[in-house]
Order: sequence, then C-alpha cells, then structure tokens
Amino acid sequence: MLETSKPNGQIISGSVQLVHAVGMHARPAVKLTKLAKKFQAHISIRASDAAEWINAKSVAKVMALRAARDSIIEIKASGEDAEAAVAALVDLVATDFPDIGR
Amino acid sequence: MNDMVGIVIVSHSKDIAKGTADMVRQMVGSEVKLAFCGGDPDGGLGTNVSLIIDAINNAWSPKGVAVLVDLGGAETNSEMAVEMLQPERRNLVIVCNAPIVEGAVMAATEAAGGSSLDQVRAVAEELSAS
Repeated sequence: MLETSKPNGQIISGSVQLVHAVGMHARPAVKLTKLAKKFQAHISIRASDAAEWINAKSVAKVMALRAARDSIIEIKASGEDAEAAVAALVDLVATDFPDIGR
Repeated sequence: MNDMVGIVIVSHSKDIAKGTADMVRQMVGSEVKLAFCGGDPDGGLGTNVSLIIDAINNAWSPKGVAVLVDLGGAETNSEMAVEMLQPERRNLVIVCNAPIVEGAVMAATEAAGGSSLDQVRAVAEELSAS
C-alpha cells in the first residue's frame, strides 16, 4: 500500500505488513538499511505500535526495532527521491526480503 | 558507488574470525572488501601482528579500513600492526571499539552504502555507547 500524502510534495508515506517468519531481525534489518541508503531522501520507519520513528539508514536502530511477524511497518520519506524510496522499501518488506544481486 | 571502506576481523580464534566473516558475507554481501585473521602461526589461539598487517593490506581501500577485534591482545596487536603499516596508510585505519560480530556486520552494512571511515566507525561503535 503506497499512499502519497504530500501537501507540498514533501512527505511520502507507506505501510506494509511484515511477513518475515522471525520478524525484523538481523538479516532483514541489514537488507532494509542497505536499500534505504541507496536513496538521498530522509527515510524513517516504525512498527505501527511504536511511538518513535527511527532512521531507516541506521542499521543498529533498525535491528533494535525487533518488530514481530505480522506487525505493520510504517515508512515515511522526504526529499527528491522519496517516492521511489518508499515504494522500494514497501516492496522489499512485502516480498519478504528476497536475496538480490548476490 | 565506487570505493567502500574495507573491513578486517581479528580474533584469537581462526574459527571465530572466519565465522564472523561468513556472517558479513551472507548478511551484507560481497561488495565490501573483507579480510580476517585469527590464531597464532602454530594453529593455537592468539593473534599475530604480521597476519593482521596482511589482512589490513588485503582489505585495503583508498577510503580506509575498519578493524574489528575481540579481546585484549587482538586490540593491542592490531594497534601495533597499524603502527607498522606504510606511513601513508596508518591514518586511514581505525581499530573500532565494538563487539566483533555485531560491529563487523554493522560496519560492513555502513561501508556498503559508501560511507566514510568515520561514519563506519560511528555505526560500529553505536553498540558500545552508554
């Protein structure tokens, strides 16, 4: 699900259900962080029940998220390539973190 | 993305060094330069300055190298190895104050994004903060 709520073309947000069997653990966290770093945009994520947004480019913080299976991951981004960034990250989570480009 | 910071893993145990390197390769991928060493030349536990120097040179990148170590001697021998590098390389190597496995995975993740040596260090050391 990709919802573009951009009053001034500013913030793009999306949300996606975490289908990974063990939730947001080390390996998915590394993949998400690496993908996030490919974009210039500021990208934040949170598990839907959490109050705090964390930097999606910080691997330590993403790992510490420890989101459980089936939780909803919310993603928001701002910046030039924000739309592509949110779409790519939503896709990564929705497709269960496939191995690409090895 | 052109150059990425290289990662070196130094453990007292060759098995730990290799296992940590395997985790980095599997979790982060193969784009980051990575070298490891562990054990003394006789096959026992320990660390060896010349093996560490070789590892640093093998993982060399113009952006520098981040070294992840386990216990005491691994750190002091790594620092000694840095001192013995070619002068122009010395300032581009950092021995990180971070847990070896977690530090290596996080440092490599950060390095893969093209970050500077200081950024890579900061990410690895985030785990040791507070």
